[in-house]
Amino acid sequence: MTYSDTTIWLIIAVMGVVTFLIRFSFLGLLGDRDMPEWLLRHLRYTPVAVLPGLVAPLVLWPDATGGEPDAARLIAAAVTVLVGWWRKSVIWGALAGVATLATLLSLS
Amino acid sequence: MTATTAKSGFVQGVIEGLPFIIVGAPFALLFGVVATAAGLDLAQTVAMSALVIAGASQFTAVQLMSEVAPVWVVLVAALTVNLRMAMYSAALQPHLGAAPLWQRIFISYINVDSSFALSLQKYEENEMTLGAKVAYFAGTMMFMGPLWIICSWVGAVAGARMFDGIALDFAMPILFMALAAPMLKSLAHLAAAVTSVLAALALVWMPSGLGLIAAAILAMIVGAEVERRRAA
Repeated sequence: MTYSDTTIWLIIAVMGVVTFLIRFSFLGLLGDRDMPEWLLRHLRYTPVAVLPGLVAPLVLWPDATGGEPDAARLIAAAVTVLVGWWRKSVIWGALAGVATLATLLSLS
Repeated sequence: MTATTAKSGFVQGVIEGLPFIIVGAPFALLFGVVATAAGLDLAQTVAMSALVIAGASQFTAVQLMSEVAPVWVVLVAALTVNLRMAMYSAALQPHLGAAPLWQRIFISYINVDSSFALSLQKYEENEMTLGAKVAYFAGTMMFMGPLWIICSWVGAVAGARMFDGIALDFAMPILFMALAAPMLKSLAHLAAAVTSVLAALALVWMPSGLGLIAAAILAMIVGAEVERRRAA
């Protein structure tokens, strides 16, 4: 069994609308009201609190290897973080990670 | 860089957003391939990229659709993955809350991991007018946004054979790590990042998305607490 065309369009529409509402939530409804200082102090850490946790399981248990830890991906991840941090640069971190992974995978 | 005008803010956003194309484009190509394999037609694949613009949740949705999961499971799983964006919305509010409604609607539509992470860092390190902040945010998505849609289309048309032997699965992890690494500029940021990793790994048994939210809240508390103690 598969989905009908209408069902697929329904899934896409609901995902689009609800994702927008999630993104609009605070920014849209609070306007320029002030948030308390303690809350702002927490929100400053949003990116470093979300992104590392989002990728950690993907790095440790990649889908491509059926969830088995993979040396090439682990090393590429470490290189990405170290170079990105050392150069304070997104592009150098990403390029170093991509190059490392491509090299290691071509060797194996 | 004390007085950033709206125009120069936009240009800076465009330039500083460019690196994301290198990893963002292959990620979108891969989405096109996977979505087509899951049974979406060309229009549906492109529409999902254009309406949702959220890689992780799009992949979650088509993965579950390829397994013909119940519709509500597809929706709940894909949307919990996006709950983190409520935190992004809250973090942007102090900076952009005073912007006109139509601009806040537009920013919300293009509020993704990369545009958010770049912009928040920019706002905190520079004195910027409201107009410059809005323009910078829009600039970061100037190429990434359209490319996200175009590359989904290319991936859907070209199909899987195009990518034999290329580890596209790792494009998103590399992109997100490269985004986060330069932000580790204080002990508090480092503590938050380490907490996030450990907590997310410990909570993988929770439904996709929810464990991440719990880990992120814990990491924010740790970061804020380290900052408070070091300031005291």
